[in-house]
Amino acid sequence: MNILSLIRIAIRALMRNKKRAGLTMLGIIIGIASVIAMVSLGQSSTLSVREQLSGMGSNMIMIMPARQMRGGVNMGSASAQSLDMRDLNALEQNTRYVANVSPLVNSSAQLVFGSNNHPGSIQGVAPSYLNIRMYKLESGIMFTDEDVKKYNKVCVIGKTVVENLFKNGENPIGQVVRFGSIPMKVIGVLEAKGQNQMGQDQDDVVLVPYTTVQKRFMAINHFNMLFASATSEEESEYAATEITYILRSNHKIAPGAEDDFEIRTQEELLTTMSSVTQLLTVLLAAIASISLIVGGIGIMNIMYVTVTERTKEIGLRMAIGAQNRDIMLQFLSESVILSLIGGLIGIILGLILSYLLSYVLKWPFVVSQTAILVSFLVCAATGIFFGWYPAKKAANMDPIAALRYE
Amino acid sequence: MDNEILKITNLKRIFRVGNEDVHALNGVTFSIERGEFVSIMGTSGSGKSTLLNILGCLDRPSAGEYCIDGVAVSTLSKKELSTLRNRKIGFVFQNYNLLARTTAIENVELPLMYNSQVSSKERRERAIEALVAVGLENRLMHMPNQMSGGQQQRVAIARALVNDPVILLADEATGNLDTRTSYEIMSLFQDLHDKGKTIAFVTHEPDIAVFTTRTIKLRDGNIIEDVPVEMQSAALALQNYKEFKI
Repeated sequence: MNILSLIRIAIRALMRNKKRAGLTMLGIIIGIASVIAMVSLGQSSTLSVREQLSGMGSNMIMIMPARQMRGGVNMGSASAQSLDMRDLNALEQNTRYVANVSPLVNSSAQLVFGSNNHPGSIQGVAPSYLNIRMYKLESGIMFTDEDVKKYNKVCVIGKTVVENLFKNGENPIGQVVRFGSIPMKVIGVLEAKGQNQMGQDQDDVVLVPYTTVQKRFMAINHFNMLFASATSEEESEYAATEITYILRSNHKIAPGAEDDFEIRTQEELLTTMSSVTQLLTVLLAAIASISLIVGGIGIMNIMYVTVTERTKEIGLRMAIGAQNRDIMLQFLSESVILSLIGGLIGIILGLILSYLLSYVLKWPFVVSQTAILVSFLVCAATGIFFGWYPAKKAANMDPIAALRYE
Repeated sequence: MDNEILKITNLKRIFRVGNEDVHALNGVTFSIERGEFVSIMGTSGSGKSTLLNILGCLDRPSAGEYCIDGVAVSTLSKKELSTLRNRKIGFVFQNYNLLARTTAIENVELPLMYNSQVSSKERRERAIEALVAVGLENRLMHMPNQMSGGQQQRVAIARALVNDPVILLADEATGNLDTRTSYEIMSLFQDLHDKGKTIAFVTHEPDIAVFTTRTIKLRDGNIIEDVPVEMQSAALALQNYKEFKI
């Protein structure tokens, strides 16, 4: 008996009991739909996390001094002074995978404008910092390398700072703000960026030439951190390796000794964040697959009923020459078709469901081809696995007894 | 030798029921030649069903030899038995055993479905041919529940004929039918016999056995009588029956 006629016979047999077939399928439909919906929801949450993170600059690389131990006391990384101008120059000149480098020198001061004041976190950076962190200017201009060279007292401020200092709606550009006792001229305002993944306000920021912070505010020569961006997201690993190599030779670190700095790529952060949502996805899928198993048991149950009901037919088919294999295939194909049709409907339903959910949650809608393919295979496997025993029972019947069965 | 379709020698079939052996067949020997129309008679428990099961290759003897069309059955595997049934034997049952909600033509096609050498086109042609042979050319697309008992039995006979078997095995084929329809079916069997078909007909009704050419009587697993019969015409009986009734 060829496959085509097997399928035809199976479909006809199922059509004889439409309601029963439909109800049996429902188990599979619900199982597959929930697996698909859960997996694609999990994936869209991963994607939405990824999108938010890459908004911070997905090829960003952070370089900070390593924690230092002095006499067994962990001094943290803030006390370290290992990054300086020489490192910055080396990274600017001798690299292939590093697109931009900017130092970061932190300071804080009370910002005052007129009768308003605001505690400001001041970041001394290079002009390229804008590109690295993917900040955009809303108005005004960014300070230049010239400003850096001359320790100019200019700044670019974020939205939160604007709101707190210019409460009467004055145009901040051209205004002079006092940082403690130092007057600074506002030359640009950053576009709003909102909170980052960790809940920090990315708009509460004051960008100042790093030399200004170093010389006028702090009187230091080192940097707190270096920010770099790789030439592309894929190459951030190479960039990190390159930076490590340059900094080690700059700092004259002997082979085998530990780095006195730490490099963190955005990719690593991404991986950490994704692993949480991935775990969630697996968990949800595992729960959903339980309903698939229940659906499979439903198929098994109904196939047993069908086999018993059609004992006489089995006897007849055997009497006129059907071999055990033919009978087995006949019932197996019924259960496989049942579960495949159920699976197909389930996949469609699951996609609709996940589309609606991602629409409501404003997450990106992801169609997981893998999930679809896997659930299709799982369906076929379910049909075979749960149809096997009933079909075996049918195939092993004694034709004489089966023919006499009432 | 060439004319011997079926030959059984000292055939025994022993069932084990609990701790006791039941001898359903107790050393039966006979042969059926090509073109014979044999009725096998006996009361229930005489062993005729067991004999029919063995003749139909559904069961295997406990001892003794069974040859059908030159093939020794006792040496065959289960799979080979299936193929043998498919190619050489046509079954007609008391309760027709047609597949419900399946057209006459598809019911008749069924044995050929299990024969990979027959194409779907040939299958259909042969099914139509068989249905025409039993006089159902106007009922090709009817379902069993749209047909009378006699018509259903004709479909079953067509199904038994479609694989061109060496022997037709009928098990109480008129048992569910009224007298008139029984005569019609017997008349059909006689037509087939005239065309050269070999038929073994199991029945317990003596007035059905008169339409055959030979009667084998069984009792308690033994043959007690094996005699040729003066075959009466079922067509004539049918005609008489009609006149008598009207």
